[in-house]
Amino acid sequence: MSGWSQHQGHAIALPIHNVDTDQLIPSRFMSTPRSEGYGRFLLHDLRRDADGDTHPDFPLNRHAHASVLVTGRNFGSGSSREAAVYALVDAGVRAVFAPSFGDIFAGNAINNGLLPARISEEDMSLLFQALAGAALAAEVCLENSHIQIGDLRIGFDLDPGWRTKLINGWDDIDLTLAHRADIERHKEDLIRRAPWVRPALITKSS
Amino acid sequence: MTAPRTLLDKLWSAHEIGRRDDGTSLLWVDRHLVHEGSHHAFSKLAARGVPVAEPGLTFAVVDHYAPTRGRDRIADPQIKYMVETLRKNAHKHSLRLFDLKDPGQGIVHVIGPEQGLTLPGLLVNCGDSHTSTHGAFGALAFGIGATEVAHVLATQTIWQKKPAAMRIRIDGQLGPGVTAKDIALNWIARLGADGAQGHALEYAGSTVRALSMEGRMTLCNLSIEGGARFGLVAPDETTFAYVEGRPYAPAGPDWKAALNHWAELTTDETATFDKDVLLNAEDIAPTVTWGTSPEQAIPVTAAIPDPNQLANGKAQGARDALDYMRLSAGRPIEGTPVDQVFIGSCTNGRIEDLRHAAAVLSGRKAKVSGLVSPGSALVKAQAEEEGLDRIFVDAGLEWAAAGCSMCVGMNGDLVAPGKRCASSTNRNFRGRQGPGALTHLMSPAMVAAAAVTGTITDVRPLLEGRTA
Repeated sequence: MSGWSQHQGHAIALPIHNVDTDQLIPSRFMSTPRSEGYGRFLLHDLRRDADGDTHPDFPLNRHAHASVLVTGRNFGSGSSREAAVYALVDAGVRAVFAPSFGDIFAGNAINNGLLPARISEEDMSLLFQALAGAALAAEVCLENSHIQIGDLRIGFDLDPGWRTKLINGWDDIDLTLAHRADIERHKEDLIRRAPWVRPALITKSS
Repeated sequence: MTAPRTLLDKLWSAHEIGRRDDGTSLLWVDRHLVHEGSHHAFSKLAARGVPVAEPGLTFAVVDHYAPTRGRDRIADPQIKYMVETLRKNAHKHSLRLFDLKDPGQGIVHVIGPEQGLTLPGLLVNCGDSHTSTHGAFGALAFGIGATEVAHVLATQTIWQKKPAAMRIRIDGQLGPGVTAKDIALNWIARLGADGAQGHALEYAGSTVRALSMEGRMTLCNLSIEGGARFGLVAPDETTFAYVEGRPYAPAGPDWKAALNHWAELTTDETATFDKDVLLNAEDIAPTVTWGTSPEQAIPVTAAIPDPNQLANGKAQGARDALDYMRLSAGRPIEGTPVDQVFIGSCTNGRIEDLRHAAAVLSGRKAKVSGLVSPGSALVKAQAEEEGLDRIFVDAGLEWAAAGCSMCVGMNGDLVAPGKRCASSTNRNFRGRQGPGALTHLMSPAMVAAAAVTGTITDVRPLLEGRTA
């Protein structure tokens, strides 16, 4: 995963609270191999009617090139499906601005280079007003934690560890393997101290 | 003398291998549970060419795509492919697989505890948000995404920032027909679907102490619907009695050593929480959702709320939900006709749930069709031994095999567009049970009541003179 610190693109408003992961990607698409791309599944059923025709007024249908979403509270609540992040990333989305995010979703976002930027409810309203139904040029700065749309500059919150990870594009597995000796020590200590932690029956189970 | 610590503090420090300057901890994972949905993570592992670090601590089960009928030949090529892929990955990495015909097969959050894989004091991960269920044993259990699943497979560890600590204390006695499901929907309605976000949520109080393990699992399971990735209940005699003798649980001298350790897994009396909430069990009625978020829940005796009278920021969501659910504000929720019912899921697919539902359905006929899918093959066998399957079948409901089934619809068990389902599951999200499906969440007993009358119904009068 490559890191990033600045992003220039277009922002749109999706003024809905509680956009859950089942909306971000309905479960029936989740057996698709990632190599086929998940972008076409993003918000699939909200963007289309029962016959599969797209709603012309839905923000993402009007502005398919948007790379920054400003949305409501509790975005990405629900399941742990990382496919919800794949759908966003594969559709070209790099940052989501919202007052709060599902905890698992936010972690998944970071692991895929997608910024979950926390903003206040007031700033959310300001951005909704500024964007209205339009897609406006926006610049996201990770170093200084702000988004700039025209004259409007709004700051956001992000865990410092997550910021570093997004900027560096760190891969956790590489990072962790550097701690191999500590992990091994913990494991050996655990086996000595609390042998019952290993599952019983383990030898019979293969 | 050490500072007073919460159960979360104790569990966290016991698993912490190290901590980065930014406060993120590297934690040891005691049990890792995988299912068909973990295919992305196995692909990542294959792309790196690394093995599973601890195959003996990794357990695989077919549940999300498990057919509940006609298991001998899976007709749907997509479902067959998902099951086959898990089989290949389990075989390749020498993982114990609970396959479709295994007597221990079932929903991952039902079989973990049932097999004794879930124990107090452990850290349990699974690529599923309802992993919070296992916290009912005083385990640090949380759902993770595919990148994290791959990380746990490769290293048996996970990076995680310690959440804030929250406690919900519930005291008093639950009324007849009121269950752990109602407690959960009640607090989520009160605090919101994001009310516990960023927190590990410990449940305490006399009501929780009086709950069976099944009830505690339901409560912890639904933590995520209120935003908490972790649910916790301190282990006690009820916990130990449940765990003792389970296939993978410690035995002999190990059991005694484990008990000594587990006795310390409590929150110190003077420890404080970042957020503390008090509930009175007597205030909780059978509860049912009317909207498309678990926070949109009301007592079955209440009227559907008027969006104009809701707090700022909730009105539009309520209007959209009512529109989707085809309901009118101000009307009583009770009496709303349903087209079908579903009993099952990792939330409410355990033996006690089936007993509750059967107590209502015994000697009665369902007015609508419905599916009962036990949480595991062992729950199914137990229910059949108790004759519960006959009660469901005699009432006109279908008795099927174990899996996630109609809770998530991945195995083809779907609610048709525009159909209304009374469901013992965990999410009433739009389209969760199938595109256009209308879901009302409630307890298994309430689902049974809806089956009997064909409408959303207060279960309490139907329980009079019966033991639930």
